Amino acid sequence: MMEKMIIGRYVPADSLLHRMDPRSKLILVFLFVGVIFLANNFWTYGILLIYTLLMAGFSKIPPRFLIGGLKPVLWLVIFTFFLHLFLTREGAVIFDLGWFKIYEEGLRQGIFISMRFFLLILITSLLTLTTTPIEITDGLERLLGPLKKLKFPVHELALMMSIALRFIPTLMQETDKIMKAQTARGVEYTSGPIKERLKAVVPLLIPLFISSFKRAEELAVAMEARGYKGGEGRTKYRQLSWSTVDTLMILLLLAVTVLLIVFRG
Amino acid sequence: MDISLKNVEYRYSADTPFERLAIQDVNIDISSGSYTAIIGHTGSGKSTVLQHLNALLKPTKGTVFIGNREIKAGRKEKNLKGIREKVGIVFQFPEHQLFEETVEKDICFGPLNFGVSETEAKKRANEAIKQVGLSEEILEKSPFDLSGGQMRRVAIAGVLAMEPECIVLDEPTAGLDPRGRKEIMDLFYKLHQERDLATVLVTHSMEDAARYADEIVIMHKGTVLQKGTPNEIFSDPERLLAHGLDVPDVVRFQLRIEKTFQTKFDRICLKEDELINMLAAFLKRRGAQ
Repeated sequence: MMEKMIIGRYVPADSLLHRMDPRSKLILVFLFVGVIFLANNFWTYGILLIYTLLMAGFSKIPPRFLIGGLKPVLWLVIFTFFLHLFLTREGAVIFDLGWFKIYEEGLRQGIFISMRFFLLILITSLLTLTTTPIEITDGLERLLGPLKKLKFPVHELALMMSIALRFIPTLMQETDKIMKAQTARGVEYTSGPIKERLKAVVPLLIPLFISSFKRAEELAVAMEARGYKGGEGRTKYRQLSWSTVDTLMILLLLAVTVLLIVFRG
Repeated sequence: MDISLKNVEYRYSADTPFERLAIQDVNIDISSGSYTAIIGHTGSGKSTVLQHLNALLKPTKGTVFIGNREIKAGRKEKNLKGIREKVGIVFQFPEHQLFEETVEKDICFGPLNFGVSETEAKKRANEAIKQVGLSEEILEKSPFDLSGGQMRRVAIAGVLAMEPECIVLDEPTAGLDPRGRKEIMDLFYKLHQERDLATVLVTHSMEDAARYADEIVIMHKGTVLQKGTPNEIFSDPERLLAHGLDVPDVVRFQLRIEKTFQTKFDRICLKEDELINMLAAFLKRRGAQ
């Protein structure tokens, strides 16, 4: 039931994005999150859309799978669209039903904000789809390295993140398993009235919480048993290497940023 | 109620990069009142087969007949609740599905979902808890205060209280101690005999399969390798061993004796007593010569 979700999942492949250094990918995603707010008209959003689709193309992930996996979040995007469409009251009226009006600004905002949302989700998904959790953590730890001087627990943060990412698929599997067990006991998750379906969440969430806590405890014991004691003096098995492609990709995003500044209204 | 799988194929995550063929060309018939064991290695597809038995998974090819319902590949199915009421599944580690405040509420959860009245559900909970060998006092306790073995029994009681016509067991004794294991297996066998409850046991224990089942299906790499009565299946132990599958201890013992004495008994024994008699007769004959 959950097997189509792609958030937090890694798809092994040999593509441009897969081969990039996790540090450059992280920098790109963070830059993109900032840059996306520069867009404010059709031109600039168009540039961003092309850039994002280009990146998706570089990842060699089958588009059908990408779209299928984003379906659950698509509902959120559509919801955002309608929220803006109905609640913004600026600009000329383009649709009038007397008690119910749709304004031009509402339509614009609806399209832009939901587009922004969609692009953000797509770009961040591309990061996790093409980078193993371990790489992301390594990359983040190195990027935040300088903060260690300020006594910031960089290693612990990276570890927490990698554990969280690592257990998303496990949690999904667990959810699927418990859903099936409760379905066999007569719960309906995929059909029936909304009220019933909401109620059906309880027999799913409680077992999930319990198993998560148990797993956390087991993980802690297993780590301690293998002598884990944090970042101090710990050597790295994987070495990161920054290549020309990484520099070029960053330059590409910078070029996009310049274009956005030029074309924004 | 009969269940049968006809040319069933199932692919996990169909149409994604994670697509994986789990089973193909599977034909299995489970007649009402029978005791069927499905055996195979981890990853042989037995759990996938199991989930087809109450339409938790729909085949990607082929058809599953459950009673008078027909689940066909590529068709949307509605109202599967009726099927689930008739076919109860005890999943692996069923204690993971417990969630209610009290044991009684948890056992009543299934029956209530299927529209049974509250008084009736409570009556069933009372019955079920005794069937699994626990006392009534436990009904008022929180399921999370119980021991692992007790939780397992409570979860099983939750499925029994649905009063299914067919019960499917996915390694119901995994992780239990030998005594608990035997008790649980005997409990299901008793139910099977007393109530004529059709039982499907998914296991990798050849011992259990040989002891309880009257029909054995052997799965290997997603297909049915062999099916038949225990006597048929174990009449050719070499074939099983060649596929890396185990045979019951009794059979293995017989094979070693045959090898040591350079002889061949006229049939394969599945029970200790049988083998002892056969061996005694053989030794007597040998001594007389």
